[in-house]
Amino acid sequence: MQKSVLQDTVFHEREDSIITKGKQKKQLTCDTASVAGCVSQRACVYCGARVVLNPVTDAIHLVHGPIGCASYTWDIRGSLSSGSELYRNSFSTDLKEKDVIFGGEKKLARAIDELVAEYPTKVVFVYATCIVGVIGDDLEAVCKAASAKHQIEVIPVQSSGFAGNKAAGYRAACDALLRLIKPSQKKNKPKASTVNYLGDFNLAGEVWIIKDYLKQIGIELNVAFTGDSHYEALKNATTASLNIIQCAGSMIYLAQRMEELYAIPYMNISFLGLEDTAASLRRIVDSFGDPEMKLCLEELLVRETSKVKPTLDWYRERLQGKKAAIYVGGGFKAISLIKQFREIGIDVVMIGTQTGRQEEYQTINELVDEGTVILDDANPSELEKFMVEKGAHLLVGGVKERPLAYKLGIAFIDHNHDRKHPLSGFVGAVNLAKEVATTLCSPVWQYV
Amino acid sequence: MLNCTPKELKERTGGVINPAKTCQPLGAMYAALGIHGCLPHSHGSQGCCSYHRMHLTRHFREPIMASTSSFTEGASVFGGGANLKTAIKNVFTIYNPEIMAVHTTCLSETIGDDLPTIIRTAEIPEGKVVIHANTPSYQGSHITGFSNMTKGMVNYLAEATTETKKEQVNIIPGFVNPGDMREIKRILKIMGIKTILFPDTSGVVDSPMTGEYAMYPRGGTQLKDLVDTGNSKLTVALGSYASADAANQLERKCQVPAVVLRTPIGVKATDQLLMTLINKFTVDIPVELEEERGQLVDIMTDTHFHFHGKKVAIFGDPDIMLAMTEFVLSLGMKPIHVLTGTPGSGGALGTALGNFEKEIQELLQEAGVPGKVKAGGDLFDLHQWIKNEPVDLLIGNTYGKYIARAEDIPFVRLGFPILDRSVHSYLPVVSYKGAMRLIEMISNALLDRADRDAKDEDFELVM
Repeated sequence: MQKSVLQDTVFHEREDSIITKGKQKKQLTCDTASVAGCVSQRACVYCGARVVLNPVTDAIHLVHGPIGCASYTWDIRGSLSSGSELYRNSFSTDLKEKDVIFGGEKKLARAIDELVAEYPTKVVFVYATCIVGVIGDDLEAVCKAASAKHQIEVIPVQSSGFAGNKAAGYRAACDALLRLIKPSQKKNKPKASTVNYLGDFNLAGEVWIIKDYLKQIGIELNVAFTGDSHYEALKNATTASLNIIQCAGSMIYLAQRMEELYAIPYMNISFLGLEDTAASLRRIVDSFGDPEMKLCLEELLVRETSKVKPTLDWYRERLQGKKAAIYVGGGFKAISLIKQFREIGIDVVMIGTQTGRQEEYQTINELVDEGTVILDDANPSELEKFMVEKGAHLLVGGVKERPLAYKLGIAFIDHNHDRKHPLSGFVGAVNLAKEVATTLCSPVWQYV
Repeated sequence: MLNCTPKELKERTGGVINPAKTCQPLGAMYAALGIHGCLPHSHGSQGCCSYHRMHLTRHFREPIMASTSSFTEGASVFGGGANLKTAIKNVFTIYNPEIMAVHTTCLSETIGDDLPTIIRTAEIPEGKVVIHANTPSYQGSHITGFSNMTKGMVNYLAEATTETKKEQVNIIPGFVNPGDMREIKRILKIMGIKTILFPDTSGVVDSPMTGEYAMYPRGGTQLKDLVDTGNSKLTVALGSYASADAANQLERKCQVPAVVLRTPIGVKATDQLLMTLINKFTVDIPVELEEERGQLVDIMTDTHFHFHGKKVAIFGDPDIMLAMTEFVLSLGMKPIHVLTGTPGSGGALGTALGNFEKEIQELLQEAGVPGKVKAGGDLFDLHQWIKNEPVDLLIGNTYGKYIARAEDIPFVRLGFPILDRSVHSYLPVVSYKGAMRLIEMISNALLDRADRDAKDEDFELVM
């Protein structure tokens, strides 16, 4: 059997992006560009912008470029909507050779005209792709003209693929959102006990779970960024009294800007796993300083915990001692997963992210056991090498990692776009345990 | 719920709503995976590579490996030459493929990177090969990209080295699943004709589970065989859009006669493939294949009443559409809407042959079935057509499920991509065997619907 060539070698340039806890003193290098010639699992600026904005349900998401960028992102993220389904269509200017030569501005203007006529909406996001930056289309001008013509908001998203990595795309999306939520003349009145929930995209309905918890303790979810959000709700975003952030990687910038511009304080929270969910809810309630709320919360925690605890215990008995490898998009998720796996008796032996930040890697380093491998922007060969070396039984990852794990006879769960069950909150903790058990305890591995 | 498409038809000139195609580089990457020991390389932003791998992974449920030049702003201003040279060096140092197949993207095409020069001046280790294809995303579709990369294999590798041509045939299967490629090889093996199938993704994107991960699985056309295509007696291109360019280039470069046939779906197109082969090689139709053909015709007669007069809409890649239109007509069905996202004729680089709309119309006219045909269309078009003239069945890739649900019509998944069902890539739709499978799929869809819709008193045991 042919062995992978990377079993013993790691890119020289990549050495600084991989550490083993306890073995090296050095700091992990992250947030750098991928090496040319690498089989990177990373995506581009456009991808980052698209995943953040796409859950805005009643917007026209128009991709300005050749067809591919629109095709690959058509309804791939399982963001659920309680209203409009418009965002699940795929709109592209489908630029052709002559557009590349003569410019695509006119075609873009026509596309906006036609789409707005077919689908009445109040907001259009126009995404720039790689070549838009190169052929020099003035997106800003076309959007401005279209906005005036149709009396709706047409917002350019500066997401040319080459201009950084996925994190730069998050920022481009946040900039677009900031334009959208800017209040008009009459200032929005702030509402007490109201939070915006940033960095949850309502995969499998996760926003709804959190919304319900908050409601039970007397806090109103103003709007989520951007899961199941829509124009009207986003327009009221600046009325919230607090911003809470689940996915900091994509949304910390938006929170910081909203604090500067609208004096809305923010806090990082995480609703993954019992420990983090309870701690996060307590911190939110503490910030409001309302004793009644506090009482409500403690009741909720007892109620919800007692509901799921026996089930989780049952799973822990079965999963105790298993080893997990984690490779996910952002750092916040990685951190929560370490704790969440601990709750069900699973050790994390390898952990990495595509776009984790320095401070997140520090937290990860503090949380994991000695000998755990930590890596940034890993390629498939590195994932293989360390999963095999560390004897992982399970990989947590996204769509590209799944078949790799399977080929090695390693169980897998998707903690990305392809997740099928909500993994947030108390109910999410049970779902995760169930998914882990479903894959780890399947009889198919006996045949490998 | 997903029924956003209005019924009223209007002319649109501002692009696409719900595409029935994707871009060239994806097709090029898929073709390159059909060479043994090959690492496809995407010369552009890292997002392109990531998207193509993701899309292919979702369809095949296999790890798809490809590297990227990881363009940054600097590369976009100063050109991507340095990135590609670094990439070539890194790829051979670390991933050690036999061959690296570079395709361009809209970005590297627009900034005008001169690939032949960059490759010529790059450090390529002794015995290793780098080939390339220009695949600008703003021309054609993934089918054009597949065609261009296949042609690139001929450009770089095929050589005429023998005085007389060898008793062997080149077959270019087109953008089909590995299950189809295996089936084509099986037929040729039964016929006893030595075959070079290229590209050949069987054994690469349908590789067996071994508990170990091989970056370069056992399958794929061998490099030496790609060289040897120049010595073959005949090239059969299956599908004019995905395969003809490479076959014609091989004829020009190495004087290997090229025959362009339809993708062998159904009795007629499979017959044509076999007849072409027995006319050129001194072999007879083996009993086994005669039997399979007989079985297929038997199944068609046994079940024809389920199909007759049923209206069907088909969308997908042009070669598959041409073959499927012919096949469903042979079952007595009426393909009243036929649509492909791939433009009917190519641009400067995408020199796809044929005229899609005319060819389909000819098939329809011959059968006396009036129908709508469009090349370069999208699923918004198709959905509008169906709203205005309903059908009994929809055939197409996974994206058809939105229309099938909105209009409540039975749906058979065929083509690329299929993201919501599995096993499809392992089993053929080509040849007599593949046609049997298609009949089973179509009749199951129609009869399951009949069962679902039947009132208690009409619910039948025997159908």
